[in-house]
Amino acid sequence: MTDPRTAPAGTDVDAAPVLATAAANAPSAQAGAGRRSFLPRSTLLRHLILLVVGAVLAVALLELTDPFTNSQLAQVAYYAIAAGGLTVLTGLNGQISLGHGALMAVGAYTTALFLQADEPWPLPLIFLVSIAVTAVVGAIVGVAAARLHGPYLAGATLALAVGLPGLALYFRDTLGGEQGLRVRAPRPPDWFREAISTLSGGSGSTTKWLAYVGAFWLLIAFFLLANLARSRIGRTWRAVRDQEVAAELAGISLAPWRVLAFVVSAACAGLGGAVLAVVVRLAAPSAFTLVLSLALLTAIVIGGLGSLFGALIGSAILVFLPPWVTDLGTSAGLNGTKAAQLAPFVYGAVLVLAMIFAPAGIVGTLRLRLLGLRARRAARAGGG
Amino acid sequence: MRQFVNVTLNGLTQGMIFAAFALALVLIWRSTRIVNFAQGAMAAATSFIALALIHSGQSYWVALVVALASGLVLGAVVERVVIRPVEGGPELNAVIVTLGLFVAIEALIAIIAGSSFQSFPAPFGLQGFSVGDGRIALTPNGLFIIGSVLVTMLLLVGLFRFTRLGLAMRASAFGQEVARLLGVRVGRMLTLGWALAAVVGSLAGLLIAGGGLVHPAYMDSIIVYGFVAAVLGGLDSPIGSVVGGLILGLLLSYVSGYVPRGSGLVNLAALVILVVVLLVRPGGLFSSTTSRRA
Repeated sequence: MTDPRTAPAGTDVDAAPVLATAAANAPSAQAGAGRRSFLPRSTLLRHLILLVVGAVLAVALLELTDPFTNSQLAQVAYYAIAAGGLTVLTGLNGQISLGHGALMAVGAYTTALFLQADEPWPLPLIFLVSIAVTAVVGAIVGVAAARLHGPYLAGATLALAVGLPGLALYFRDTLGGEQGLRVRAPRPPDWFREAISTLSGGSGSTTKWLAYVGAFWLLIAFFLLANLARSRIGRTWRAVRDQEVAAELAGISLAPWRVLAFVVSAACAGLGGAVLAVVVRLAAPSAFTLVLSLALLTAIVIGGLGSLFGALIGSAILVFLPPWVTDLGTSAGLNGTKAAQLAPFVYGAVLVLAMIFAPAGIVGTLRLRLLGLRARRAARAGGG
Repeated sequence: MRQFVNVTLNGLTQGMIFAAFALALVLIWRSTRIVNFAQGAMAAATSFIALALIHSGQSYWVALVVALASGLVLGAVVERVVIRPVEGGPELNAVIVTLGLFVAIEALIAIIAGSSFQSFPAPFGLQGFSVGDGRIALTPNGLFIIGSVLVTMLLLVGLFRFTRLGLAMRASAFGQEVARLLGVRVGRMLTLGWALAAVVGSLAGLLIAGGGLVHPAYMDSIIVYGFVAAVLGGLDSPIGSVVGGLILGLLLSYVSGYVPRGSGLVNLAALVILVVVLLVRPGGLFSSTTSRRA
């Protein structure tokens, strides 16, 4: 399966992926027994606690910030949902996808179409339908992708990212062509307004409601993904990523597991797209260009391949970095449109630099440092 | 019948450009086992250099030569500075590096030259030759495109077949360790390979820009077409990439010429062709061995 010529002889092919995906290989709680006594041993319980902590943090963050930051946090939520799916695919399973922007488009258009009805279904139901539709598309792509690797897979998914938005132009009557579909933002329900006014005395505006919707789905998605990554499924994905032959010898058939990873990842992209559609209130081809797919890739590489927390950090960088860099550009004398290009320039440069100097990303590099520190301390304790 | 001839001629002209671009990808793949997704952005950068020269009053030909030369330098610098550290590592890292370059170069072009559409002059006429009582889709510029791609290919064949340098480059692509033992400076050969590929890619970019509009992202879909063409030919064979480019050019031209509203479907058609080829003949249309699997 693996072509020996893909790597020149004499280089250590196996050591490097371990480094690049260091963020994906978190030591389990059992391995650090005795050290992490403040968190329970049970994975489910540990993740439930993290979920509650995350929810509290999200509410605090949304209540303490102004409406504009609220809408930025909603952006972080939909980027992070999609990036979380991508980091599972790339970091845990070793499959790259440049087509996740297109998969987000599938979710966004599905949500937009369903919200156009005179009496639309409840929002959670529409989101679930969007997830299902995108998962089906992901299964089709995944079946093709399971037989490809590395550059071939990158090229095929690149073609998907460039090709799929063409459908919106071709089916102009239903999908709205270049202008796209306007999305009627769902109104916040009454209980939400009351809850917000008792909680912080603020007003439960639509912006705030959508930010809460994004945060809710982000927490759910990350909770499910984190459990999946620590389960038998996650371990099998890692085995398929690292040692194809050994995995096959252990009775794992590679293709179905790869397809499953793609389906899960696509479902997340679909959910991310659905949240995007209601937050942005528009589903248009110009929002789902190749740049979006590459931005998602940037997010997971910066954060650390395979780490959900890294995907969240990366998504936050994607949202909060561009305004800052653009301001820097305009104050340096660039005009608006040129300054707006500084952000993608930084993404690209960061992708290159990260891969050369810190392929493990933020989370992975920190984790490697921590492990090294612990090992040294343990060695010192053992020696002395 | 007339439409069929015109669509075919269009397809052949386009196909020659795809072939040149695919050839650039194949040159790099053969030597370093990396698909250079930044190829399109690099080509766009050199066409903007050419455009700047033309706007400052230079002739098209001066601009063409300078652009190709800058492509040579750009290719060498890129290989030496950012590709060398990830060469031979995990294939995903190299892919991500070329993608990062792709985004960064395109953004840099937009920062320097602006992201608006600008017209790019063509060296020859864009009116089709008259045959009988009408015009056909073959233009003097189209002939120039076909001719310059053919000349480039012959030069490359000559280089690889008949010179010591070409032999050394083939040796480094075939087996780095063995070539190094025999005294070939493999590192330099790889740099030269990237530089040559960047020249061919730049040529494709300049040819497709001629008589049309350019903007920083104008090569985006060409990367996809070039990649599809290269995979059609097996990604390993220069001849295969040329044939793949011509086949793809014809197929896409038929899609946009005969399918109603087909121009919106061209990118999607390229995707379908790619997936079918990868699933049915992953080694490319002309693979004789089954040893390589995609």
